[in-house]
Amino acid sequence: MSDETLISARGLSVGFNIGKGLFDKRILKAVDNVDVDIKSGSFFGLVGESGSGKTTLGRAFLKAVPITGGSATYKDDEVTYDLTTLDGAELKDFRKRAQLIFQDPYAALSPRMTVRDIIAEPLEVMGLTSSREETDKRVREIAAKCRLNLEHLRRFPHAFSGGQRQRISIARALVSGPKFVVADESVAALDVSIQADVLNLLKELQRDLGITFLFISHDLSVVAHTCDHVAVMYLGRLVESATTRQLFEAPRHPYTKALFSAIPSLDPDDDNAAQKLEGEIPSPTNQPPGCKFHTRCPFVIDRCKVEEPVLEHADGTGHEVACHRWVELMEQKAL
Amino acid sequence: MSNLITVQNLTLKFRTDEGLITAVEDVSFRLRKGEVIGLVGESGSGKSVTAKALMHLNAKNAVYSPESKIILHTDEGDVDVLSLHKAKDMKVVRGGAISMIFQEPMASFAPAITIGKQMIEQLMLHSDMTKDQARKHSIEMLDRVGISDPDKRVDQFAFELSGGMRQRAMIAMALSTNPKLLIADEPTTALDVTIQAQVIDLMKDLVSEFDMGIIFITHDLGVVAQTADYVSVMYLGRLIEKGPVREVIRDPRHPYTQGLIAALPKLDDLENPLLPIPGDIPSPLERPAGCVFNTRCSKIVGDVCMSVLPPDIKVDPVHRVACHIYKDEGVA
Repeated sequence: MSDETLISARGLSVGFNIGKGLFDKRILKAVDNVDVDIKSGSFFGLVGESGSGKTTLGRAFLKAVPITGGSATYKDDEVTYDLTTLDGAELKDFRKRAQLIFQDPYAALSPRMTVRDIIAEPLEVMGLTSSREETDKRVREIAAKCRLNLEHLRRFPHAFSGGQRQRISIARALVSGPKFVVADESVAALDVSIQADVLNLLKELQRDLGITFLFISHDLSVVAHTCDHVAVMYLGRLVESATTRQLFEAPRHPYTKALFSAIPSLDPDDDNAAQKLEGEIPSPTNQPPGCKFHTRCPFVIDRCKVEEPVLEHADGTGHEVACHRWVELMEQKAL
Repeated sequence: MSNLITVQNLTLKFRTDEGLITAVEDVSFRLRKGEVIGLVGESGSGKSVTAKALMHLNAKNAVYSPESKIILHTDEGDVDVLSLHKAKDMKVVRGGAISMIFQEPMASFAPAITIGKQMIEQLMLHSDMTKDQARKHSIEMLDRVGISDPDKRVDQFAFELSGGMRQRAMIAMALSTNPKLLIADEPTTALDVTIQAQVIDLMKDLVSEFDMGIIFITHDLGVVAQTADYVSVMYLGRLIEKGPVREVIRDPRHPYTQGLIAALPKLDDLENPLLPIPGDIPSPLERPAGCVFNTRCSKIVGDVCMSVLPPDIKVDPVHRVACHIYKDEGVA
């Protein structure tokens, strides 16, 4: 990991118009005022429950949803792009540099194309190769890196298991030589024995090819094992961001702590009942005032209900938390 | 505790264009009142097919072997589930003595009929309640599973509820007929962790309150550890290890169970890399001879694994494992 920042967002917001008529101007803010820096070469984890905006934030970085507020920049050693205004030839160039791996390897691959054609398609669409030989060479290289053999390339996706299909999706995303890859719940649909294999492969590719990964997941234990840095989202806001070690050893936000407690422990005698959350994540169309988490927070005080906390530096470099009471809770060892 | 259901030598094949496919092979277990059995395995291991067999719910192309026996022990005597063929007879089992909840609560409720109507309909089918009594009972059940404003929710549609609420409503509906056995097929898989924790707690409370047995099907060993008393691990249709949950999780004996636990990302050990089980599950069309796990096993002891089906070895009176590493009475 270097100190260079690959993706940088300031006050980033993504809103969707959900109004039903000409004068109904309701906006659903899926991502609201997010500041985040993703270092070049890092494995950056983004966690949260469904409806927290993690997928939308990932897509905003790929310019796959319109950014409605704030700024976002992409900067590698060759180019710098402003993601809010990017279009035309530059957008095409950006597409080579930033790619997405999907969640469901059964839905992401066309059943009518051979694996070779599936992996080669991005090269052909983007015009990255000039001859069939060159395309084949690139396909074979990336397939080998994703542990697919030549025999596999001739077959159709139906002949493969979930883990193998996910390796095909990964090869397809990486064939254009991207610098930045968003992996959105890429192991969620896989069985545990195979999940570990795909996670190890992603780590290997990150090291060998110097790719920066944004790894979106709802599974904290998976994130803990793969990522160097983790950001936690709740209702479109970033509530905590830290290196993996800091976050797991000393979470500072009550929500992060609650997420840890909710993971079913492998020890049948270990019951984390003390920290269990009541209720559910509120609807993004009907967000509570103040701190978005106050409706479920066990440590709520009156201030939380009116004033929204901002992300501030917590103990340790790079550890940020958005909670009015984090210092107090830390001193009381409440978390 | 009295027995609730006994499954003996259950073997189930599906007739397909490619020939007979073995989905479940020689599976035996029993469940007593107030007990929770966790049925664990990866996709394709046959855990859902086994559960559906208990209610005789598998598709028409299912072929049960003649040795297969599923006996439901009710207060009125034993019922041989596989001998039931008429829909009328099966009412004893389906929705009567046994209820089932599924993974995807959105897909399990009819989208255009209110939650209440669906609950009332099944209550009137399975009991002699009047419509008003059924409605009252449904509201009580919704309240019991922690749904706020149950008298309003009862007239809402499934899409108006959140995922966690829908799963609670599903549980309320399944329990309203007062079943002896609840089959829960991945009931928390589609839910967020914080909601999953709530649903697990709810189910634990309900077991003791209603004194029923639960078969909890899941691929998540953590969920099993938190809910089940006994665990049965399945691979390619065979039961390869079973025993009390503490023993199986703390001291797994089968290389597959050991591999599953090693592959699980653990929060208290972030340093060591994850250990996947090499290879993929073979297609059911290419079932290996001998031990079904021999294509991925790292502890092959010899040709015997390739040719001979491992017998059930007693690790102790309640813990069994089907693996050639072990000899009966004691451990290699």
